[in-house]
Amino acid sequence: MVLGLALPSPRRARHVLGRNLVIYRRAWPLLATGVLEPLFYLLSIGLGLGHLVGRVDFAGHELAYKQFVAPALLAAAAMNGAILDTTYNLYYKLKIAKTYEGVLATPLSTADVALGEIGWAVARGAAYSATFLGVMAALGLVPSPWGLCCVPAAALVAYAFAATGMAATSYMRSWQDLDIVALALVPMFLFSATFYPLTAYVGWLAVVVQCTPLYQGVLLARSLDIGTVGWSLALNAAYLVVMGLAAMVITGRRLERLLAA
Amino acid sequence: MVSARGLTKRFGSSEAVAGIDFSIRRGEVFGFLGPNGAGKTSTMRMIACMSPASEGTLRVRGLDPSRDGPTIRAGLGVVPQQDTLDMELTVLDNLLVYGRYFDLSRRVVRERAERLLDFAQLSERAGSRVDDLSGGMRRRLTIARALISSPELVILDEPTTGLDPQARHLVWERLYRLRQEGVTLIVTTHYMDEAEQLCDRLVVMDKGTIVGEGSPRELVDKHVSREVLEVRLGEGGHERLAGDVRGRVERVEVLADRVCCYGDNGDEMLALVHGLGYQPENTLVRRGSLEDVFLRLTGRSLVE
Ligand SMILES: Nc1ncnc2c1ncn2[C@@H]1O[C@H](COP(=O)(O)OP(=O)(O)OP(=O)(O)O)[C@@H](O)[C@H]1O
Ligand SMILES: [Mg+2]
Repeated sequence: MVLGLALPSPRRARHVLGRNLVIYRRAWPLLATGVLEPLFYLLSIGLGLGHLVGRVDFAGHELAYKQFVAPALLAAAAMNGAILDTTYNLYYKLKIAKTYEGVLATPLSTADVALGEIGWAVARGAAYSATFLGVMAALGLVPSPWGLCCVPAAALVAYAFAATGMAATSYMRSWQDLDIVALALVPMFLFSATFYPLTAYVGWLAVVVQCTPLYQGVLLARSLDIGTVGWSLALNAAYLVVMGLAAMVITGRRLERLLAA
Repeated sequence: MVSARGLTKRFGSSEAVAGIDFSIRRGEVFGFLGPNGAGKTSTMRMIACMSPASEGTLRVRGLDPSRDGPTIRAGLGVVPQQDTLDMELTVLDNLLVYGRYFDLSRRVVRERAERLLDFAQLSERAGSRVDDLSGGMRRRLTIARALISSPELVILDEPTTGLDPQARHLVWERLYRLRQEGVTLIVTTHYMDEAEQLCDRLVVMDKGTIVGEGSPRELVDKHVSREVLEVRLGEGGHERLAGDVRGRVERVEVLADRVCCYGDNGDEMLALVHGLGYQPENTLVRRGSLEDVFLRLTGRSLVE
């Protein structure tokens, strides 16, 4: 027990992933979208728009624009995928299909369900980002061996956002409520130093941007990709870990209330 | 197998289960009979460790649900009142995936799933979507699913509500078979005949309390006369009839649409009614039943 909550068991939680695999085995084209999304952005903005932009400064390095944008897209795709999984998809399972009511008659607990769904989102995020990283490498956009660490970094982003998405969804009462999520997400996607460097912002705005969760992910992915690695990145990673854990506690309580009254 | 002392469930300020005691023995079919809102489902959910008790002690297979939920559920089969099948999975996958939740190996789950599809007479529908099944088929699939872990205790919350007579009999027959195999069954129902047919022992619940308990026979013997005469008068006047026969039969009850007279001999009671000059629209002499027990214990009829 932690904070009055039963701890999940990974052994039990993995069967939630197993269930999702059975479904997606039949609907694998849906999975492809997760890779295509960042790829389209990379082609249109990174390569297309990049021609007009020229070079961008990052941590004292002059980067080609596509090199600047690609790792950020990787982090943003991890966020978007995790949010999609834990908002729309989860809302359907929680409120419409009532998937978990059957599940909770088995040894699985609400904590196991939460861990399993978050684990699924992380696994998907990792798989997508590994594929996308492969594409980046093929385009010559992974200059440093540290770049391989972009996959765990993306998984961490997926973890933090999956847990947060799940916590948020547990409060949703209708499909309309879910639009609020988009309202928070789109600006974060656009303004977290994803498409232009932090130096574009005046003082206080730059501080705000540096506080967003996606900024942590973008910074992690970009630094690892080009190999400018320092201890300060541990802080960005810690931010995401804490965010995920806090959201998991909220999720655990909410699911217990919703499903095990 | 299961024992409860002072078991209570509150939702906000309302008490769904108001401190009930019962104990269920290994291998028996134990029933909870009661009208809508009696607290049957709330009790089932507590036994199934799906909802915490607000008060009282509960032991399931010797364990405490508040501490050992996952362990208890591992040995339990649950058929909830509303089917909770996985709508995104096929019939067969429903069984396979559910079995995995119990940490059973894929090989074991597959073997059992095939056997259970057969048991539920759904082998031909293995690849169907759950949406495409009839209500009776879904119910059978839900029962099959509850058996995937080979539980020694199965909880069935209104297993046959909403099924046509043929489908009900099929479910009953499957439940007999389980009982023969030594499985302990807990069944809730608001059908008298179901309780009478299935249950070795049962409790009658009303408004969160237990108002009677015993075997169906014992309950009838204890609370109701041997025979019952039901009288329907076309033009009303039920109250007057009741007044006229009161004292000359063991007991009389006026219901919305009929008068029930209780006594040892239904034909004699009928002769009495005719002798008083009544010309009933229709009459029925039958043996005392659980329906009468319920009426006696709560002053209301179970299904109106
Ligand atoms: N989740 C809940 N929140 C609030 N009240 C509830 C909840 N579940 C049940 N109740 C209330 O508790 C009481 C008992 O309900 P319960 O479902 O246990 O009855 P039941 O005997 O199963 O009835 P039925 O035959 O209709 O299924 C009812 O008054 C019901 O409104
Ligand atoms: Mg009920």
